[in-house]
Parts: sequence; C-alpha cells; structure tokens
Amino acid sequence: MIIGIWEVISKLGFFPTFMFPPIIIPNEPGGVTVIGTLIGSIISGQIVTATGTTLVRLLIGFSIAVVLGLTFGFLIARYKWVDDTLGFFVTALQSIPSIVWFPLAIVWFGLGNASILFIVAIGATWTMTVNSSTGFKNVPSIYMDAAKTLGSSGSHLLRTVIIPASVPHIISGLRVAWAFAWRAIMAGELLGSTGGLGYLLDLGRSIQAMDLVLSIMIVIGVIGTIIDNQVFLRMERAVARRYGQTV
Amino acid sequence: MKVQLKDVHKEFKKEQNQKLQVLDDINFDIKEGEFVSLLGPSGCGKSTILKLIAGLETTTAGEVLVNGKAVNKPGTDRIVVFQEGGLFPWMTVKENVSYGLNLKKMSKTEIEEKTMDGLRMVHLINFADAYPHELSGGMKQRVAIARALVMDPEVLLMDEPFAALDEQTRLVLHKELQNIWRNTGNTILFITHNIREALTLSDRVLLMSTRPGKIKKSFTVQSARPRDPADSVIVDLERRVMAELEVEMEKVLKEEFGDDYSFKTDNLRSSDHRDMGSHI
Ligand SMILES: Nc1ncnc2c1ncn2[C@@H]1O[C@H](COP(=O)(O)OP(=O)(O)OP(=O)(O)O)[C@@H](O)[C@H]1O
Ligand SMILES: [Mg+2]
Repeated sequence: MIIGIWEVISKLGFFPTFMFPPIIIPNEPGGVTVIGTLIGSIISGQIVTATGTTLVRLLIGFSIAVVLGLTFGFLIARYKWVDDTLGFFVTALQSIPSIVWFPLAIVWFGLGNASILFIVAIGATWTMTVNSSTGFKNVPSIYMDAAKTLGSSGSHLLRTVIIPASVPHIISGLRVAWAFAWRAIMAGELLGSTGGLGYLLDLGRSIQAMDLVLSIMIVIGVIGTIIDNQVFLRMERAVARRYGQTV
Repeated sequence: MKVQLKDVHKEFKKEQNQKLQVLDDINFDIKEGEFVSLLGPSGCGKSTILKLIAGLETTTAGEVLVNGKAVNKPGTDRIVVFQEGGLFPWMTVKENVSYGLNLKKMSKTEIEEKTMDGLRMVHLINFADAYPHELSGGMKQRVAIARALVMDPEVLLMDEPFAALDEQTRLVLHKELQNIWRNTGNTILFITHNIREALTLSDRVLLMSTRPGKIKKSFTVQSARPRDPADSVIVDLERRVMAELEVEMEKVLKEEFGDDYSFKTDNLRSSDHRDMGSHI
C-alpha cells in the first residue's frame, strides 16, 4: 500500500527522480530503483561491509554498556549512598539523548571509532543501570530467605540467587538498551565516522543518491527488527515462561 | 528442650518513627521430636515467630534458644519450608534439592546420593531434571520439603506449606509428612490456618491471639496415630479450638470494620460441617 503510493508519487514527476526514486518499477528504462540499488550494493559488498562495521562497533559499545550498567546497578542496589548520589544522577542522565554527548566525545577522543563507541555505550548504559538496579533491589525475599536458611551468604548468594533472580529485569534492560544503542550508533556514524551504515547514509546524501539512502534505511529497519524479535523478544519470553510469569 | 522462646517481643518500625508491636511476651518450648502447630488469625505474627527461630529476623526483646544456644542468624540446623515453596525457578528440581548440600563439605557422589534419596522420599525421582514451572503446586511443595529434608535439619519450620493446595493433594501430603516425620524424628513447627490440619498432624496446637500476638492457649492432642479426623477426641478439640478462634476473629474484624460490626457466628457454624475452619 505504502509502496504503491510511493511509486505513484515518484512517477507523477513532481520531484526529480534522484530525490524521490521509485522502489520497484524504474521510471525510465534502465533507471534507478531502490530495490535495484539495494540488491546491487549488497552484491558489490558495499552495504555488507558497512553493516559489518556498524555491528562490530555496536557490539563493542553495547558490551561496555552492559558491563557498566550491571556494575552500577549492583552498586546502587547494594549501597544506600551510591543510590543517593549516582542513582539520582542516572535518572537525569537517562533523559539526555546520547548524541548530545557527541561534541564532548570529539574533544575527548577525537573524530573516529572511540567517539562512536563512547556515544553507543553512554546511550545504553543508563537504561541498563536503571533496569539492573531495579532487578537487584526487587529480588523476592522468599528466595533470599530460602537461600540463607540453606546456608548461602555473601558472593555465593549473589551468584546463585541475586543475579539469576534479577534476570527478567536484566533482559528487559538489555532489550531497551539495545534499542538505544542502535539509535545512538546511527546518529554517531552519520555525524562523524568512516565506514558503517550511518556513514554510507551520509555519503548517499552528499552524492544525492536517494536510492542508496532509502536502501540503507531498509537495511537498518530490517536488522533492527530481526535482532529485537529473534534475540531479545525470544529471550524475554523464554525467561518469563521459566520464571512463571505470564507473557 | 529443642526450641525455647523466652519473653519474646517483636516490633517493626513503621514510617514516622511509629512502631508496630507484633509479638508480645511469647513464651513456649518445643521438645525434641515434637510436632507443634501454630494457629491464629491472619496477621497475628505466626510467620514472624517462625522467622525469629529461623534467624531471619531478630527479637526486639527476649531470646530464642535452639539446643540451649541463642539464635541470631540463619543456620542449617533450622530449615524453612515456605507457603509458595520458594523454589528457585532458574534451577532444575535436582539443583534445587542439592542447593544446600553443595554448601556443605561433601563429595559429589555423596551429594548426588542424598539428593536422589530426598527425591525418592517425596516420590519425585522422575522429575529430577524438570524445572519448577513444569510441576504442579503439590509437586513443588514436595520438592521444597525434599530440599529441606536432605539437610538433615534438627528443626523443620513450615509456614503454611499446604495452604495453596487443593484438598486431595493436601491429604496426600499430610500422609507423606507424617511418614517422613516418623522416619526422621524431626522437631517440627508447623504454621497453618486450618484447624483440622493442625489437629491431624500435631502433638500440640498453640493458639495465638492477635495484635499484639500472644500465645493464648495450648491444646495437647492425645489421639492415637495415624489420626482419624472423625475420632471423637479430634472432633471435640476441633469444636473447642473453633470457639476460641471465633473470639479472636471477632476482635480482628471489629478492628477492620469498626465496632458496630457483629460477627455472624451462626453463618460460620452452619457451614462448618463440610470444611470446618479450613480458611479462617
Ligand atoms: N518486615 C516487616 N516489616 C514491617 N511489618 C511487618 C514485617 N513483617 C511482618 N510485619 C507485620 O507484622 C504483622 C504480623 O505478620 P506475620 O507475617 O507474622 O503474620 P502471620 O500471622 O504470619 O499472618 P498470615 O496468617 O496472614 O500469614 C503483620 O501486621 C505484618 O504486616
Ligand atoms: Mg504468615
């Protein structure tokens, strides 16, 4: 439906083809189409390489965020004074869109990979912190009591009860943090990097190839959906089932 | 004496420096190998008493002694079975049962053996690798009991362990628990809302009054085992306990609904026969 409307608008010729390229049927024989460019650039490896670069960055930045988020979350749940200080700030930090950090990142790390990683990590860390601290704080007391009477305490209690009992919260944290990271990396790459889908998007704009831009947007949407559905949603469902919650 | 409570008081802090007095001057003993039930209206402090003995809470005044020694923290000589079982959903049945054993200095084979013995005792050997969410309510409680028993506790503390189960399952588990108790000789403190359950299982029933909780009366059940709920001794006791509880419940309800509320004793009596006081 949307594709149909798009095709009609494109063919009516209100806009030049480079600005409003058709998706499937070329406007003139041998002309550009979004699908054609998409397939072409996948075959030529341009999009594949860019996707790879983006995903590697994303994975590194996201991992840093997860480790930091879990650590902060634990400290907030464990120590009242951390909760009063950091815990308070995190709520504020969480509401800052991560791209706002970009000017700082450039000054601190220069234009390049490090800045992108910083943006991604900082975009995902705070939600991860909030979710994991909620998880750690709300371990059902029945599990704690049961474990304690069975002789558990200290790091054994942390490892065998507190962390596993927080898994449902941690996983929903992962899912939201991933979404933040995904948005952050696009913004970051678009503004300043070499390689990656965001960079390719910017390149497409500068050479006025909207067919390329649209192809990349499709790739971004598809990858985002697949990862959310296949990885995080599945994890969430599996955990909810085992932990006896209704999905 | 296995367990002794001496002049135990317990207060909880409420907001604005207010205090909620939950237990007032609790005194009672449990003999070695004795099965004692604690009965009383909701909120009278039964679970609090159990947690004090378990070492999960501390007294405001007075002391709790187990084997003559003051209790101040949890220990594996006292194991609790909770109402919802408190099984860890991220572990299999077997991992749940062996949880406490892994913390003892024991060899792998010894742990495995004890775990399997425990599961056999509650007839769940075929479910060793299942997860709790795959089990029925009754099976979960049996796993919880196995998890407690493998620890060879000197005192078994049970907080309404069968309250969430249907009548049939509960009767089966009563039988199993009595067999286990006969074979192990554990000292058991059993909390329940069900008068008949208390009378079928226990040597002694302690009745609590409410707000602040006190031990109001102690009933010794002098009836041969295995118990028959139709036994005249039990039927007679049931009536006496019920009468005492009605007085307590009236107090609770008056507090909740205001003084003009009058407790309809007749209504309760007429429905007694089928399911006498199973949910007070
Ligand atoms: N940790 C706590 N902090 C504050 N108040 C508490 C705490 N634990 C229990 N209480 C209060 O103490 C009172 C007694 O609670 P307790 O759980 O011992 O009652 P109970 O006799 O086991 O009731 P039920 O039959 O409903 O299980 C209740 O009013 C409860 O609100
Ligand atoms: Mg209770």
